[in-house]
Amino acid sequence: MRIYLDHNAGSPMRLAVRDAIGRVGEAAHGNPSSVHRAGQSARRALEQAREQVAALIGAAPRAVVFTSGGTESNNLAIFGAARAAGSDRRRIVTSAIEHSSTIAPLADLEGHGFDVIRVAPDRDGRISPKAVASAIDNGVALVTLGLVNAEVGTIAEVAAVAQRAAQVGAMFHLDAAQAAGRIKLRVEELGCDLMTVSAHKIGGPAGIGSLFIRPGARLAPIMLGGPQESGLRAGTPNLPGAIGFGAAASEVTGALDDERARIAVLADALLDHLTGSIPALCLNGPRDGRVANTLNLTFPGVLGESMLIALDLEGVEVSMGSACAAGAVEPSHVLTAMGRSAAEARSSLRISLGWSTTANDIAHAAEIIPRVWRRVANAEPAFDAEALR
Amino acid sequence: MSARVLVAMSGGVDSSVAAALLREQGYEVVGVAMRLTPEAAPSSARRRATCCSYEDFEDARRVAERMDFPFYVIDLRADFAARVVGNFVSEYLGGRTPNPCVMCNREIKFDRLWSRARALEADFVATGHYAQIERDAAGRFHLKRAHDGAKDQSYFLFTLGQNELAHTLFPLGGMSKTEVRERARVLGLANAHKPESQEICFVPDGDYASFVERAAAPAEIRRGSIVTADGQTLAEHRGVHNFTIGQRRGLGIAAGTPMYVREIRAATGAVVVGSRAQLNSAGLVAGQVRMVDGAWFESAEIALEVKIRYRHPALPAKLRMLSGARAEIRFNHGGPAVTPGQACVFYRGDEVLGGGFIEHAVEG
Repeated sequence: MRIYLDHNAGSPMRLAVRDAIGRVGEAAHGNPSSVHRAGQSARRALEQAREQVAALIGAAPRAVVFTSGGTESNNLAIFGAARAAGSDRRRIVTSAIEHSSTIAPLADLEGHGFDVIRVAPDRDGRISPKAVASAIDNGVALVTLGLVNAEVGTIAEVAAVAQRAAQVGAMFHLDAAQAAGRIKLRVEELGCDLMTVSAHKIGGPAGIGSLFIRPGARLAPIMLGGPQESGLRAGTPNLPGAIGFGAAASEVTGALDDERARIAVLADALLDHLTGSIPALCLNGPRDGRVANTLNLTFPGVLGESMLIALDLEGVEVSMGSACAAGAVEPSHVLTAMGRSAAEARSSLRISLGWSTTANDIAHAAEIIPRVWRRVANAEPAFDAEALR
Repeated sequence: MSARVLVAMSGGVDSSVAAALLREQGYEVVGVAMRLTPEAAPSSARRRATCCSYEDFEDARRVAERMDFPFYVIDLRADFAARVVGNFVSEYLGGRTPNPCVMCNREIKFDRLWSRARALEADFVATGHYAQIERDAAGRFHLKRAHDGAKDQSYFLFTLGQNELAHTLFPLGGMSKTEVRERARVLGLANAHKPESQEICFVPDGDYASFVERAAAPAEIRRGSIVTADGQTLAEHRGVHNFTIGQRRGLGIAAGTPMYVREIRAATGAVVVGSRAQLNSAGLVAGQVRMVDGAWFESAEIALEVKIRYRHPALPAKLRMLSGARAEIRFNHGGPAVTPGQACVFYRGDEVLGGGFIEHAVEG
């Protein structure tokens, strides 16, 4: 039996998505840019998908651009906003706990004359909206924040940030890849100019995502070579991907409250059970103000890497930090930014539930995880050298 | 349920075939590649530079995919740095010539990796080493040379005792390299013709002296003089870590006859040189001696064979145990140059009896 508890890395495709993609062949075989009827029907399918994705975030369909996924959306938002900004705006404000697809473009811009201000989180992964807002002035081109942190699930408070950004004319980008499907998204209420969503995080296919671009927002394309997606993303759109994305978005829009409540019950039950059976187990992230599906836990006295492999061999699939190019796991930069020691970060695993998680999965996981922890702690104890010092 | 075995995979042909053979034999194989050195990242410039580069992990992963067993990369960099690289550097700074492969086996593959294996409920650790393990009627384990004498790696494994051998598998011990490559080809493993790694994995350019200098604090570098046995100074040198016993090149001296390093005195920085004949020694004292069967020789003197470098033939010798896990070895016939820091492994015929690390040579 396999128990998949890594939805923050990618959710399995929903049944409605598999159906929709299975029907793609007959429904849409043309290039949406073509003049002929096949092109027209492909275009109709693409635009229907755009409407479905737009509905998920409360946006007008024409404000939604399809990309190859969350990484491209973040790249487009960051490079696009930086390139479109006036020469008097050479500063970017962000946090210290962003996804690598935000970190790397910002590091690149730093090498090209931009100043990047990274606001540190508190011990629970909260970014002070006041601290971010006070870093924003009229020299800022872009403010970019993750709305929900991928590793610990903290939900960012952004109202004051949005207000301040609008006041000084800075672009405000939200990376909502981990927020979609977990909390309700309304671009107007959030006050963002740009918003990233990734299909496979909500049970759609991998290889497709979207960027909301507020009409009138100044953004330069980074992919050139065609007029597609209002000139903001050249290249023939990934039609099967968009259709699957649309189906996933549609299902999430309809089922969000029920799904969220069901997952919260399961996740809370698992956390209670693990806390009761593993002494000194520590939840990283806040009790409240966190998406319920994400449990980032520090397991005392073990290497997370060892636990991760041992759990996988027992059928429980979880994750740790991020994988390096070679496939080894690296301790989470989010946890160290939150003040955890490197040893604590190395002892931490992320368990993330999703639409396909069942009560039976959680019952099994609740039995397997403490048992594996005891075995790993006995066979290969890990000591926190920094704590002992 | 079949026994679970954790196979250490480097991406090379040997460990790949070892894993594949165990899978065919019905073991539940779990493949692991050990990340030991810092630079395991994709890079075209450093391609094939080290044994644990990104490309090598990918080769190992492809074998696992093809043979359908789980595969993981595990991070043992901190352990490797502390227990193997640290030892390598301090040995060179101390005027000795270390053997990091022996250390890696003792500290990483058959210690650290075995802890991981127990955490993963594995019954065995397996590697692609060419050596054989036999269990006798009394349940004792014996470590033996590989069937293929040219590939035999038992020298690097002398630190394994009864506990380690009981849970270790060497699937290639009875095979020749040609057979291993042929199996790789038949199994369709892409790395069947991959060249063998030769250098020490964490010093891919082979420049040990520069590596030691980068790792050491300046105060640890032992500079001094190159001297003759009768105390005549021939030149100055930039640290004893630049030398090994028997070395002839790079001494920076012009002498009428060829001169060789015959002794390194780290305490004073003196590097003693002499003629080729002066290199020979009558025997040696080894420390950190371990015997495979765990028992200690009681009798006064034991006749056996010793190997004092991996590529040297075994020499007949007599062994006498000293206190403090040390042993004195005397060669039956005039012995070769003895290099402190290298492993001295005790054989009787094809069997490894034990071994230690050379502390110093013994004169006539």
